[in-house]
Amino acid sequence: MTPISFALAHSLPEVVLALGALLLLMLGVFRGRDGRDWIISECAIAVLGLAFLLLFSGAGPKVVVFDGAFVDDAFGRYMKGLALIGSIVTLLLSLDYMRREKIDLFEFPVLVLLATLGMLMLISAQSLLSLYLGLELMSLALYVIAAFHRDNVRASEAGLKYFALGALSSGMLLYGASLLYGFAGTASLEGIATAIQGKANIGVVFGLVFLLAGLSFKMSVVPFHMWTPDVYEGAPTPVTTFFASAAKMAAVAITVRVVMTAFPGVTDQWRQILVFVAILSMAVGAFAAIGQSNIKRLMAYSSIGHMGFALVGLAAGTEQGVQGVLVYMSIYLAMTLGTFAAILSMRIGDVYVEKISDLAGLARTNGPMALFLSAMMLSLAGIPPLAGFFAKWYVFNAAIQAHLYPLAVIGVLMSVVACFYYLRIVKVIYFDEPAPGFERASPAVTAVLVVTSLLVVFFSFWPGPLDVAAAAAAKSLF
Amino acid sequence: MFGFGLLSGLIFLPLVGAAFILLQRGDDEATRCNVRWAALITTLVTFALSLWAWHLYDPSSAAFQLVEERRWIGSGLIYKLGVDGMSMPFVLLTTFLMPFCIGASWVTIEHRLKEYMVAFLVLETLMIGVFCALDLVLFYVFFEGGLIPMFLIIGIWGGKRRIYASFKFFLYTLIGSLLMLLAIMAMYGVAGTTDITVLLKTNFPVSMQKYLWLAFFASFAVKMPMWPVHTWLPDAHVEAPTAGSVILAGILLKMGGYGFIRFSLPMFPDASQYFAPLVWTLSIIAIVYTSLVAMVQEDMKKLIAYSSVAHMGFVTMGLFSMNAQGVQGAVFQMVSHGFVSGALFLCVGVVYDRIHTRDIAAYGGLAQRMPLYALVFMVFTMANVGLPGTSGFVGEFLTLIGAFNANAWVAFFATSGVILSAAYALYLYRRVIFGVLEKPALVGINDLDAREIALFAPLLLLTIYYGVHPGPILDACAASVDQLLKGVDAALAVTKTAALALH
Repeated sequence: MTPISFALAHSLPEVVLALGALLLLMLGVFRGRDGRDWIISECAIAVLGLAFLLLFSGAGPKVVVFDGAFVDDAFGRYMKGLALIGSIVTLLLSLDYMRREKIDLFEFPVLVLLATLGMLMLISAQSLLSLYLGLELMSLALYVIAAFHRDNVRASEAGLKYFALGALSSGMLLYGASLLYGFAGTASLEGIATAIQGKANIGVVFGLVFLLAGLSFKMSVVPFHMWTPDVYEGAPTPVTTFFASAAKMAAVAITVRVVMTAFPGVTDQWRQILVFVAILSMAVGAFAAIGQSNIKRLMAYSSIGHMGFALVGLAAGTEQGVQGVLVYMSIYLAMTLGTFAAILSMRIGDVYVEKISDLAGLARTNGPMALFLSAMMLSLAGIPPLAGFFAKWYVFNAAIQAHLYPLAVIGVLMSVVACFYYLRIVKVIYFDEPAPGFERASPAVTAVLVVTSLLVVFFSFWPGPLDVAAAAAAKSLF
Repeated sequence: MFGFGLLSGLIFLPLVGAAFILLQRGDDEATRCNVRWAALITTLVTFALSLWAWHLYDPSSAAFQLVEERRWIGSGLIYKLGVDGMSMPFVLLTTFLMPFCIGASWVTIEHRLKEYMVAFLVLETLMIGVFCALDLVLFYVFFEGGLIPMFLIIGIWGGKRRIYASFKFFLYTLIGSLLMLLAIMAMYGVAGTTDITVLLKTNFPVSMQKYLWLAFFASFAVKMPMWPVHTWLPDAHVEAPTAGSVILAGILLKMGGYGFIRFSLPMFPDASQYFAPLVWTLSIIAIVYTSLVAMVQEDMKKLIAYSSVAHMGFVTMGLFSMNAQGVQGAVFQMVSHGFVSGALFLCVGVVYDRIHTRDIAAYGGLAQRMPLYALVFMVFTMANVGLPGTSGFVGEFLTLIGAFNANAWVAFFATSGVILSAAYALYLYRRVIFGVLEKPALVGINDLDAREIALFAPLLLLTIYYGVHPGPILDACAASVDQLLKGVDAALAVTKTAALALH
């Protein structure tokens, strides 16, 4: 039995987030001021930043604490870092938006903090119970902020849809977890691996399928993606950013951890599920996005497709594949945050616009933004020398080395189809006649767009650090 | 400088010029003038630097020269550059043609000049990178990255159907290249590195070679382009601005041929031999069929575009004859076609700038008002036909010899293409230059001005110089081609012995 101080030392970022969230909640409630966000968002950013710093103070080998419920390892720290970056940038992007839309209530940063706390617990979950706790903490906060614009019909609809389908998926996950517990006799991920000894009986397979189905909802991969376009479109744009960035990081991280820790010996069982899901996601992401005219909806389909690509790396089931997923998610995070920063710059007067046609001729009304947004689109399409290409290189390379040739071939063909709609946006920006220009974006939004664009464009000049960090993180799972 | 070598300098110099142009503010005449001169000076300095590289280059050695290497990604992928006899001519061709592209756009590009010049300079960086890269992934990055500036060039400054043409160009090329990317990954799996010098020494299993060869073929055949995947080219050519067509025909098409000679032949010799009849067949179809198609074109650029496909047919035929004449002839043909087709597109650009149509029927009798133009156009038409004394002849002749040594029937059918090319080229020339000058639009047309003469003079001199004295180009690649063929023969002999041993 390890002393509690030891356990807390290894969950310091989570502790800081929990205390910070409660403190800021009290502050918001007792400060009055009609419940307006006063400097709560700024404080929340500071808390997240502190958690981010603490994350890397405790670098060390894998440690399991809290009776085998919580693990602190390099993989977890890596993915937590990504989730925290996603949360911080979400709050940065939300400052101006929430004020203009008159929904700058103090609950928003607090809910983001709680959701992030859930994500970190989820990423570190080492047993099915802590997995479920983290997932629900994250999800409940997310349901609320999806409908944060409560006077807006579309936002309310988004929140309700997300809640109904999310609850269903939690149910499936719990069902899977109980089957696994029943057949393996333990809820610990490592315990399950020991119990099934590389031989999956029918009960374990059923449990695995339901567990993956529940997680697929959170990753929004086909066939559990139906909520994504509506929620992305309806939710306030910073919230959409949060769904597309931090929440995705946590969902992918726990999926990787579950299959790698609990089911290492039965790769064939889960690989066929992942291959199936990856192919469908890539296809739906590619074909369904073609007809979209709303850029947030388009990004929803794009994210479905990208999750499919990330799962290509996971389907390989190797250390190289996990490294590929990590690199993919890192680069995807930069691309998503940049794209949403650009979407948040699309403001005419006091109205945020979201039609692709509003971008027409942007090259002539705002050259730098046109350049940055086009770089994001081409990077999402995976065209070298932009970062998105290297993301694809890692996952497809892993798939090829694992001899998953049909998956790789279908994947690249789908990426050509997807390339079409990304190019369409570049075409609208550069080739079409100008539409009315946008107002000047807030400094925070501009800064996010510039920084992510530079990362995406110049990644190829200095890819070493990401490669090394992802390799080290992937190693800790094996 | 900064630990980087000459080739890195060559690659990044255009980017420096592009950055300088991006920093220019305003759109008044003075800024536009600065932008033009900055672009021209950048390309000229790059050309001078490439001449310096050529000076340092030793053509008698088959090894990679001016090599530089640094860590890049992980263990297998490196930043490695170098040139040998097969890439040096293309590096020079690229840097040589770029100033002409800038010159051809001097007055014709009126809107968004800054972006235009930046796109061209970035494209130059990527093209030089393709020919210098000695790492397969680095090569791929440059190869594929070139799509972005070209997409913008066609899409922004192109003609009426520019959007259709730019999408078709981009997606067609992308789909082939991505299959190649998977093959690169598979090769990485076997060799553990993507260093080209190591891969050249790696023996890939014969069964695997066939798949790898097909994947590379998918990419290079589209780029070349070979029949039946050539249909993007006429659209792209017709819609692209003049300088875009020059680069497309002059250099981008050569990347396909360069890919065959750098990767397909030496790395997959058994598969190359196995698939050679397929390539020959496609080449013959390209030569005969596209020549016939060229004959009925109403649009000057489209006609030249189809003739490019036919000429690239000679290149693939020569390459896969897998003997010294064929391969050297193919290299020569590619370089020569770089000048000649580039110059022909410039010729079309000259009259297009004056009358704003490329319809052949809108012209006639230009010889009366434009004698100099008629002369220039004639020389390049003859070079396109392959008249002895022009550089076009040497390449065609050598590739035909190569083909004849490999398979007489191939040479027989391909030679008919030479006749057909004379037919469509002379037919075009007659309709545009000769006849009575009766169209009202043409009555006041002016002959070449000083800028245009300066553009054509070097191209014309080189076309004739290399026509009577092809030595420099052939010698430059001789040692490398020799080594390539030795390697191929050795590999084929090994496979043959192994096959015999099984019986």
